[in-house]
Order: sequence, then structure tokens, then C-alpha cells
Amino acid sequence: MGLVIHQEKITKEIAGQLQAVCPFGALEYESGTLRVNAACRSCRLCVKNGPAGAITWEDEKKPILDKSAWRGVAVFAERRENDVHPVTLELLGKAKELAAVTNEPVYAVLIGSETGTLANELPHYGADRVFVYDDPAFRRFTVSPYAAAFCDFIQKVKPSSILVGATSLGRSLAPKVAARCGTGLTADCTVLDMKPNTDLVQIRPAFGGNIMAQIVTPNTRPQFCTARYKIFSAQPRSAESGGEIVPMPVTDEMRLSKTQVFSIEEKPKEIDISEADVIVACGRGFSREADLHMAKELAGLLHAQLAGTRPMIEAGWLNPKRQIGLSGRTVKPKLLLALGISGSVQFAAGMKGSERIVAVNNDPNAGIFEIAHVGLVGDLYEIVPKLIERIREGARNV
Amino acid sequence: MNLIVCCKQVPGTNKVEMDEETGVLKRSGVAAKLNPYDLFALETAFTLAEETNGSVKTLSMGPPQAKEALTETLWMGADEGVLLCDKAFAGADVAATSYALSLGVRKMGGFDLILCGKQTTDGDTAQVGPELAERLGIEHATNVVRIDGMDESGITVTIDLDSALQTQKMAFPCLLTIDKDANTPRLPSYNRKKVIDAEKQIRVLTACDLAGADRTRLGLKGSPTQVERIFPPENNAEKQTLTGTGEELADALYGMLREKKFV
Repeated sequence: MGLVIHQEKITKEIAGQLQAVCPFGALEYESGTLRVNAACRSCRLCVKNGPAGAITWEDEKKPILDKSAWRGVAVFAERRENDVHPVTLELLGKAKELAAVTNEPVYAVLIGSETGTLANELPHYGADRVFVYDDPAFRRFTVSPYAAAFCDFIQKVKPSSILVGATSLGRSLAPKVAARCGTGLTADCTVLDMKPNTDLVQIRPAFGGNIMAQIVTPNTRPQFCTARYKIFSAQPRSAESGGEIVPMPVTDEMRLSKTQVFSIEEKPKEIDISEADVIVACGRGFSREADLHMAKELAGLLHAQLAGTRPMIEAGWLNPKRQIGLSGRTVKPKLLLALGISGSVQFAAGMKGSERIVAVNNDPNAGIFEIAHVGLVGDLYEIVPKLIERIREGARNV
Repeated sequence: MNLIVCCKQVPGTNKVEMDEETGVLKRSGVAAKLNPYDLFALETAFTLAEETNGSVKTLSMGPPQAKEALTETLWMGADEGVLLCDKAFAGADVAATSYALSLGVRKMGGFDLILCGKQTTDGDTAQVGPELAERLGIEHATNVVRIDGMDESGITVTIDLDSALQTQKMAFPCLLTIDKDANTPRLPSYNRKKVIDAEKQIRVLTACDLAGADRTRLGLKGSPTQVERIFPPENNAEKQTLTGTGEELADALYGMLREKKFV
């Protein structure tokens, strides 16, 4: 499999055209011969957009994989204190959608110590079977025991696809397990879809979100991906629980670890705008620090978290923990009200996932209007006080 | 102590746009640079090497120009660099990259500790370090925020587990990925720049140089994941722009907030 250069068709001119098409500078032309160097990313743009027939793509026959031997969509259920991490429920919701395409089961695999009745909750969110590895060896996260249990589950259950939350733990564990299984792993998927042939379509942002890449793992199973918290939506908890809980045997081999945990210390509770359902975000449209009181008041009325752009933080007007953007937090509220924010690429990268973006800016050409669902071209100094007034009146009239 | 730091040369910017008609990536001509996250791993390595009178080797995979990134690591304090460079490595995903790196590490001889950055700014997966550790049969820890201590048997580190910090001792040999801001990286030294002969201190290895390389596991051929297509992110289709006086706009916004039950 790979690029084949048809040297008989290569002239200096054609070589130049091909080099212009290659975004990676991977084509070298020297003394009449065109060569592909190590910079090639096999994007195949030279095949598609270069002079026809000069470079072609030759497929090689791969050993055929029996995809029917692998069934079901599995979710890694991450323990968080006395609960499961909420990303688990979101992934179960997604897994149910994916599994419905090919009419396959949804599995959850829970690894921990003294998990008690935690597993019982997962069927309410879509798991048909929950496999539980419960042992003191899993009390703290160390990578070898967790990977051993996870691989044991994969060998025994043979799920076709596996979704893991892109938490610190998930991002450490998933690559270890994927490598041991000899399969691929796609990080931070934002869209997942299932083909009728059980190939999992994994879409993720690349180049800082400027390009989306659609990725498949067509020749190996299981198909492995991670997705961040707050990307997918959990299904509402169903009253009945039709699922089955399957306790799995834990062997001495799984307990082996060369890592010894000394202590674990909760981080102090911090302002966390990434969990907020409603956010009032401020930008340079505010000309004085004192004027932020309007935004604070509005945030109070909307039960919202106050947040801001990088200049607000650099000016010392807002706590750095309230910064949205590439160098701050990523947020995904149900409503984000952007007040006086121009909408830089860096800011947008941290809030594009918001369900509803409403922007107020007096510059009709502000970039924020490109990503806002509703754009209000006007002066925030007029709009915000009026809006606060309306909300107060409304509250009185109820 | 023998340390290996894995590094990558990344594009100077990730501001790429795509021409929607031709599907061609429009890259601005900004030069490549050393992955900024690698700087924290390098700094950790130099500090540990100084404390133990050890050595630091850097390892990378990439096109010939990735030598530049390795040269920079020499200027900062690395003793030698190894670049895996061959068309056979091109188009590699995480699995094929970590496989090639594991062969490179074996070729480089014994080591106590491998350090990686937390992720790269271009691939952005944060997966290569843990996969490399698995292929070498060693344990790893990611998001290391602090080195707490070290003796002959192992290293004590504190890792960030989102809501908690966990302190653990890991036996040598092992692999750590160092979190951003775990330290203050040093700059390349002018004095080292004058004396270092990059041509001599960087070894370039091809697939043929790597003993026991299974070519079906290298490069695009060895990559379980395949990019089916790339496309620009979609803009919001149901966009709505309102103009009017402050009062009108405030009313419109209030109406919307009520309708969607935010007030």
C-alpha cells in the first residue's frame, strides 16, 4: 500500500505542479527523478489534485479480519470517589446509539475496589451487561493492574468498539491497552458514528481544530477511541434496569505492579467554569473594570458562571480560572452569552461546543458573529442594563 | 543514570486553512519548531542527569529537517541525538510511531528512564508515550507534575489525576510524560552552540538500521487507524443576526431567554 510515482510521466513541469500540491514538502525532484521523502503523511492530495496519473495509490491486500467475531460497544466505567465519572454515562448514551445501528449489545467494564452497588446504576443508562473487576489491587489507579483487567475483559468479551473517557486516567490507560491489543486508538473524538459493517467512524479535530479528520480502524478489532467529558450526552436515567451484572475473576497476575502509591490528595475545590450550564463571558468591550458589575449581576440572575477572554485575565480583572480558550478552559454550557468579545480563534476553540452562543458586539464584522447562533449588533452598555431590568420585572410578575 | 527524551519537530503554527473546492491544505510558511511540551521533559532530564552525573540522549522520528529539533536539544544539554528517518516510517499513526520508537530505544542501548512531553501540538493525542512504554514492556505515568525523589530502585513522582494529585514510586526502568509547567525549561546555550558538531552527535537511523524491524508494522502500512477524509469544521448554519436599538435588542434577548427557559 502506498504512493507509486510513474517516473515516465514526470517532467520538470509536472514535478513542480506536484510539489505545489503537497502540503508537507514531501516531494523531492532531483536529476529527473521525483522521490517521496519521510515527510509524507500519505494524505494523497498529490494523487487527487496533481496531474492525472503521475502519482497513483496502490492498495495492498490485507489479511481479512473476521469482524463478526467481535460484537458490541463497550464503555470503560471510570470510578470517581463514590460514584462513576459522569463521562461514563455520556459514553453509555453514545454507545447505545452506535450499537443500535448494527443491533449489538452495550457493555460497561468497571474496575475498582469496593465498588458495591455502583455497577447496578449503569444499566439505567444503557448498559446491557456490566463486567466488574473488584479487588483491593484496584483501589488506586496504577497502570499495570488496570491494563491487565481491561485486556482480560477484551479477550473474553471481544467487543467491536471501546469508548474511554479522555480523563487523565483514561488517557493514560487506553493507549497502554490499545498497544497491548495491537489495535489503533483515536484520541478526543468529537463525533462518532457506526457503519453497517461495524466500522466505527471517528471524527476528531486536528491542527488545533482548524481541520476535522475522519478516522477508521478497518483492519483490526477492537476499535478504540477516547472522548472528552461534555462532548456527548447521557440518556435520561430509565426507571427499569434490564442489565446484567457480571463479576469477573481477578488473578494474581493482574495484581502485579511495579508502582506503589504513597498518597492521594484531593485538589482544593476551585472555580470550575467547565462544569457550568450557563456562562456570561466578557471581553474587551468592557472599558473599565468597574463595569464588570453588570456582567456579574446578569450572571447572578441567570445562575451563570462569569468568565472572560485572555485580555480580561491579563488585565487582572478576572481570576485566571475564569479564562475561556486554548490557554484557558474549554466550556460547553447550554448557553454562553458573549459580551463585547471579538471572537479570536483561540477563544473560539474553548467554547465552540456550547449548545447556544449569543453574542453582543457593536462591531458587525466581529469574528464572534461567525460562530454565534444569535448575534446582537449593538452596544452592551445599552443592552445589558435593559436586559437586567427586564429579567427583574419578569421575576416580579411571576 | 541513563535518560532518553523523545522529541518531535512540529509545525511552527497550526493555523491551517483548507480550500474547500480543491481540498488542499493552505499552510503558512512558518518554520518548524521543537514541540513546546517537550521542553519540560528535557528540563526534567537535564536536572536528573546533573544530579546523578548521568547522560541524556534525545530520540525523534521525522523527515531529515527534524535534525534541527534534535540539534536544539544538544544546544540545551543533550549528549547525543538519534533521528529515525526513512520513507518506511512515513504516514505512521500512534501505533506505528510508538513501534518505530521502541526499536530506536532498543538500538540506543540501556536506559533507566524515558521522558516524553505531555503531548505534541500537532498530533495532540498524548498517546505515543504510554504506547511506547507498553511496547518496551515497562510501566509509565502520565501528567507528572513533580519529581519527589529518587534512589537506586526507582523514582517517586506526583501525577495529576484531574481532581486529585497522586504520589507514587515507580521502579526503574519506566517512562514518564511531564506535564506542562512542571518546571522552567532552559534556553539553548550559546557556549554549547559554539562547540557542538551536530553532524557528529546526531545519528540518523533508517529502517534497515533497526534490528528485527517488522516492516508491516511501520509507517502507513503498519497503522491500524486510517484517515478517510479531512474537511473544514462546519460553521453554524442556523445563524441569526439582529440589529436595532439597545432597547429592542434587550427585548429580543429577554424573549429568547424566556422561551428557552433560562429565566
